[in-house]
Amino acid sequence: MSEMSHSTYLTDRKRAEGLGSAKRGTQHYWSMIQSSVGLLILVPLFVFTFGPVLGAPYEEVLAYYSRPVPAIIAALTLTVGWLHFKNGAQTMLEDYARGMSLKIALIALTCISYAALAAGLFALVRLAL
Amino acid sequence: MADVNRGNRPLSPHLQIYRPQLNSITSILTRITGNALIVGSLLVTWWLVAAAAGPDAFAVADGVITSWFGDLVMVLSLWALWYHLLAGLRHLYWDTGRGFSLDQVSVLGWGVIGGSVVLTILTVLIV
Repeated sequence: MSEMSHSTYLTDRKRAEGLGSAKRGTQHYWSMIQSSVGLLILVPLFVFTFGPVLGAPYEEVLAYYSRPVPAIIAALTLTVGWLHFKNGAQTMLEDYARGMSLKIALIALTCISYAALAAGLFALVRLAL
Repeated sequence: MADVNRGNRPLSPHLQIYRPQLNSITSILTRITGNALIVGSLLVTWWLVAAAAGPDAFAVADGVITSWFGDLVMVLSLWALWYHLLAGLRHLYWDTGRGFSLDQVSVLGWGVIGGSVVLTILTVLIV
């Protein structure tokens, strides 16, 4: 122990942390490919179903999202979209943050993404029923 | 892990050294648009939750999202959405091993920028 600490008190593990591959890059990459292809289809569908009803009166919005097609498109877009956001923003955070702050940011990102996803799906179910 | 000299090594040039070019700008815009879409996504999610919660909550969310500031955010988000979609399409194309010559890169870059603006204008006109 006294050998290594002539200039720093960092442990070997602490110095190695974050410098190597997490060995999960391929899975992460593939999940991004899958969700991006899904969104390629879903995003135009969502834009042209959500767009027209944005700004409509309350009763009309309620009736609109009681219909299966707009509701299912919105549910799929929210689901795939928020998961794609979670995984994409993770890539950004991994580039700009390190150590404990990276961990905290990733946990916060995961919480926000799933919370928004759950809230959106709950809303759609409630509107539809 | 052996001690490594981190002090006296030459550093590779970073962003401020390079002249901005189509590649670097379209690349960073992909990241910026993708992450900035959290704003529009949260607004739309809030709008849906408010609609499910009742007329009073809906009036608040709908008021914000259809205000001039909400309109601005939604139009910028729409552009970000189309830009990110086209840039993603370019990535999928690149992943097949095609489109890497300088000519093609230039066409694809301007295609993403121009296409996103055209799609945004078309969407605003249609919807």
